[in-house]
Amino acid sequence: MKKLMTGNEAIAYGAYLNGVRVGAAYPGTPSTEIMENFSKYPGVHAEWAPNEKVALDVGIGAAYAGSRALVSMKHVGLNVAADSLFYAVYTGLKGGLVIACADDPGMHSSQNEQDNRNYAKFAKLPMLEPSDSEECKQFMGIALEMSEEFDTPVLLRTVTRISHSSSPVEISEDGPPPPPEVPPFYERNPIKYVMVPANARLRHPVVEQKIKKLEAYAETHPINRIEPGDESLGIVAAGSVYQYAREVFPNATFLKLGMVYPLPQKLIQEFASRVKTVVVIEELDPFFEEHIRLMGIEVKGKDVFPMIGEFSPSLIQQCALNAGLITAPAAKAEAAAATSTVTQLPVRPPILCPGCGHRGMFHVLREAGVLVLGDIGCYTLGFAPPLSAMHTCGCMGASIGVAHGVAKAGVQDRVVAVIGDSTFFHSGIHPLINVLYNESNITIIIADNSVTAMTGHQQHPGTGITLQKKTTNAVDLEKLVRSIGFSLVDVVDPYDLEKYEQVLEDHLQNGKPSVIISKRPCVLYTKEKRTPPRVDPDECTNCGTCLDLGCSPLMQEEDNVSIDPLLCNGCGLCVQVCPVGAIVQEVS
Amino acid sequence: MKKVDFLMAGVGGQGTILASNILAEVGLELGYDVKKAEIHGMAQRGGTVESHIRWGDKVYSPVAIQGNTDYLLGFEMLEAGRWPAYVNKDAVVIVNRYRIPPPAVNLGKASYPQEEEIDSLLKSAASRVFWVNATEIAKDLGNPAVVGVVLLGVLSGLVGGEENAWLNVIKRMVPERFVELNMKAFRVGRQIQPS
Repeated sequence: MKKLMTGNEAIAYGAYLNGVRVGAAYPGTPSTEIMENFSKYPGVHAEWAPNEKVALDVGIGAAYAGSRALVSMKHVGLNVAADSLFYAVYTGLKGGLVIACADDPGMHSSQNEQDNRNYAKFAKLPMLEPSDSEECKQFMGIALEMSEEFDTPVLLRTVTRISHSSSPVEISEDGPPPPPEVPPFYERNPIKYVMVPANARLRHPVVEQKIKKLEAYAETHPINRIEPGDESLGIVAAGSVYQYAREVFPNATFLKLGMVYPLPQKLIQEFASRVKTVVVIEELDPFFEEHIRLMGIEVKGKDVFPMIGEFSPSLIQQCALNAGLITAPAAKAEAAAATSTVTQLPVRPPILCPGCGHRGMFHVLREAGVLVLGDIGCYTLGFAPPLSAMHTCGCMGASIGVAHGVAKAGVQDRVVAVIGDSTFFHSGIHPLINVLYNESNITIIIADNSVTAMTGHQQHPGTGITLQKKTTNAVDLEKLVRSIGFSLVDVVDPYDLEKYEQVLEDHLQNGKPSVIISKRPCVLYTKEKRTPPRVDPDECTNCGTCLDLGCSPLMQEEDNVSIDPLLCNGCGLCVQVCPVGAIVQEVS
Repeated sequence: MKKVDFLMAGVGGQGTILASNILAEVGLELGYDVKKAEIHGMAQRGGTVESHIRWGDKVYSPVAIQGNTDYLLGFEMLEAGRWPAYVNKDAVVIVNRYRIPPPAVNLGKASYPQEEEIDSLLKSAASRVFWVNATEIAKDLGNPAVVGVVLLGVLSGLVGGEENAWLNVIKRMVPERFVELNMKAFRVGRQIQPS
């Protein structure tokens, strides 16, 4: 039987089928649904860790104890977890450990488009890259076996178009293997597991030997294969790009790589000797290309295809046309000519949802004219016009440290850091401690919507619920912040603009480091909806004040503003900002 | 080789994702190989959503090559207008007559194109462009959230396939308490003779 699954669902299914018992992750697009799906299988432990490094340490611990483990994260999450990745390669593990890591070429929802294949080479561990959901399932099993056979963690790389694309997956009639009869056992072996220099020096040669052995494995494993075709053109590709290339070059000979590190030298040699022209098609970095060039093989690669952005079949087709690798079908040329005259349509950037508590916060910050050092989450959208009230955003947890640094540089602006609740638990606590320790008088706003909203409403250490929906200890943000030593701490509702303005002003005037917890649960999560207000067209002066909230239900009509009740959540912010009282809301 | 390529375009919160899941499952039900790819911007609500659904004997890429899409389903007028480059000249476009102005329009920095402009933009690329008041119909049925299923009903009349193949998938994919409403929405859509 076949079932449609996304790549993320199939990775989770593959992990379950192959006896993974422990999973840990931090949500991040496009990887989030891996752990969400895994958590639903019977007999497994799955958790949201506060960040990716913690998640990876959890996975390593479980694997040290002999259990198979899955850790998942988005590409930049591996930056956070990198320290742990490197030591785990040295120590190796007892049970299989797979790190499923999702890159985001094109930056659909990310701050950069780093190519995580480089991590495989950098940290010296194998990496597999599936090209559809069926392979996501199968490669998970292969990766676990490889991990145990070679005593190393294994990276399973996807990209957005694999993680979030659906294709049929063969459903197995057999379930997972039965749980082990002997309970997990942690073998005390300090020479292997305690990475003091003397021991680590012994481990490094082992790591190099493993990579050599894996190279030999890559030569013969069917995960890498030559797909025969017309030998005038030989395409080297992996992952989603392999599928795109198959559409554009239906008759070419392919070297389809399932294992992207280490690479099979002999197989590449054989492939190159068979075909007239070798073309490497890969998104982002010239990872295969550089390797193959170093082997002394002439290839076409980044001279034909871009190093930037996400690929598509159309882009590959266009580049191949430009390079003369294919000739244009007549219809295509006609279509290209027709579309060159497309009119410019207004763009639709992502915006804060109607009813979002962050909107009130940014409205107040904008009016106060403060410098806002921001962070990663829904609230990053507060940078965009008309709110325009966030001035930096780099990576998870950066806001507070950057704000402290800006203040220490001696700027005249009043400095505020804005960080979400989940992001604060991820990496905001250390920089918060630093603010007290090294004394800067900044104000930190924790934008608390009581859930990890942007990735689709995941639980976190503050919610009191686990990934597997068990009630648990909830970390109280206010108590946590006070326990660190902050004395000026207020909790305020961003729906109440007047109160919010007053609290912010108090904090900015006070001259000492302070924390505001801006608390309003995400309305999409709580499904709270109030009666939408109406605009009295006779009262409305069309001044545009409400439109500066950047709320999509507020629409500019010819002589006034109107509110689309289908889109409106009834938060009432527009009622509060309207200078002439033209927006009225029945209290429900 | 037989293939049908679909593209759905809408705004976050309109139910595009559910509709695309249903359409992909219908393909499987009708015996095709199926792939589906979707991109939803950062915002949970209010951003552009695009979803590619491909049926065929063998489908490689989840995203079709530009100029090859057979059916474009626009959940919102402006979003429909973004994709003429993707459709082939025999394609059918179904547009829901519903506007959600993006922020730049509300701030007076851009103007929302007229229906005629979007219509001619699409007609320059596709052979047939149908306009449907699907949001109005969904509202009349009692829940604007079923707009996607109304549109699927319209689409099903053009694509073909046993009505039951579609209904079975809808029954399987929507929450139980909404099954009746969605079946009704589908049938209403299917009866529309688009023009």
